[in-house]
Amino acid sequence: MKFIDEYRDERTAQLYSRALSRIVTRPWTIMEVCGGQTHSIVKFGIDELLPSAVTLVHGPGCPVCVTPLELIEKAIELASMQNVIFCSFGDMLRVPGESKDLLSVKAAGGDVRILYSPLDALKIATENPEREVVFFAVGFETTAPANAMAVYQAKRQGIRNFSILVSHVLVPPAMEAILSFPDTKVQGFLAAGHVCAVMGYVEYEPIADKYKVPIVVTGFEPLDILQGIYMCVRQLEEGRAKVENQYSRSVRKEGNLPARKIISEIFRVVPRKWRGVGEIPQSGLGLQEAYAEFDAELRFGVAGRTIDEPAECISGLILQGLKKPHECSAFGTRCTPEHPLGATMVSSEGACAAYYHYRRRNN
Amino acid sequence: MCLAVPGKILSIEGSDPLFRSGRVSFGGIIKNINLAYVPEAKVDDYVLVHVGFAISIIDEAEAMQVFEYLRQMGELAELEEGGTQ
Repeated sequence: MKFIDEYRDERTAQLYSRALSRIVTRPWTIMEVCGGQTHSIVKFGIDELLPSAVTLVHGPGCPVCVTPLELIEKAIELASMQNVIFCSFGDMLRVPGESKDLLSVKAAGGDVRILYSPLDALKIATENPEREVVFFAVGFETTAPANAMAVYQAKRQGIRNFSILVSHVLVPPAMEAILSFPDTKVQGFLAAGHVCAVMGYVEYEPIADKYKVPIVVTGFEPLDILQGIYMCVRQLEEGRAKVENQYSRSVRKEGNLPARKIISEIFRVVPRKWRGVGEIPQSGLGLQEAYAEFDAELRFGVAGRTIDEPAECISGLILQGLKKPHECSAFGTRCTPEHPLGATMVSSEGACAAYYHYRRRNN
Repeated sequence: MCLAVPGKILSIEGSDPLFRSGRVSFGGIIKNINLAYVPEAKVDDYVLVHVGFAISIIDEAEAMQVFEYLRQMGELAELEEGGTQ
């Protein structure tokens, strides 16, 4: 496919690998923020093409992985209600709650449906006026325009039996949180290309300045990631800490302005709890007052409940880049994609699942 | 979750900007995609699609920069000279 295949060319990848070896003089640790990039890196073995001085650590950019237990429990509660059609992206269904997951609610007869787009939930609501349709609105900034549009259209079309359970998170506050940890190892970032396609990258400039870290907006194909790493290492070697854009075919500095306009119409910035990390101020999106009628937590009275995270899973340390998946004693034994202890083993973008699928032979 | 796939716009319909949609081909698989966020997109453009929405128009000139960058470093010349080995 055009715009995919050419960025997987092995010989060009080797050239980037060699170019990188030429400029590296000392060890560097770089975090790729997005789980999609983690998946590519592990799948294509990009980390194995790097000089040994360059270490990649995997970041928290997997919305499925960071959705806190209490929201999973709220989803399970709503999905179990008689009159509710609960709609979600597929990878949320296996995330373990306290005692079960959404898939087991579905198996027990709950009306849980896997959708491709939030607009499909709106269609289901129109077709089932006597039922309540709840969409599990998870995601980073990339997904916010789609979820915002569903709410915007619901209001405009007067679709009253539609609501969303919001679990939206924002990337820049998480990057700041990681840089603020006293034992952080991260010296540079590959920023998430598709998040920046929506939001642009102006908001990363104060982070690069304040923490003196280079941030390179990076795409998802092997050559994108190799070039992003090269640009980041080059800055580190030259003692620079700027925001650069590797992914210029899809990312503009200001992002997507019509999408940003709808996001700010529908959502406001709120504090949010990240699974395995804890609460990060101003790190999520919630519905604006004017759209509160579409908030499933308010509609069904499940707001305000909190649940502590289970202790046995080290996903928090993995999401902060402090541990690698195979350093967990449960990895691949008591914790597998079929029987996950934590969310990083569930999503295909979770670091544990990526290592499980592509790296078991190495461990 | 943030997976977005490039596809080519085959046709566009709808006059209301919010409901503007198009048939988009992903290597032959055709889906109906919301184009509200790419108001300037036209037929034959490639767009980046995430959960049913086009979020960016792919810039064909910028698409070459991953190779241009290597060329500027002098790395790609060697590849080109190396022929078809």
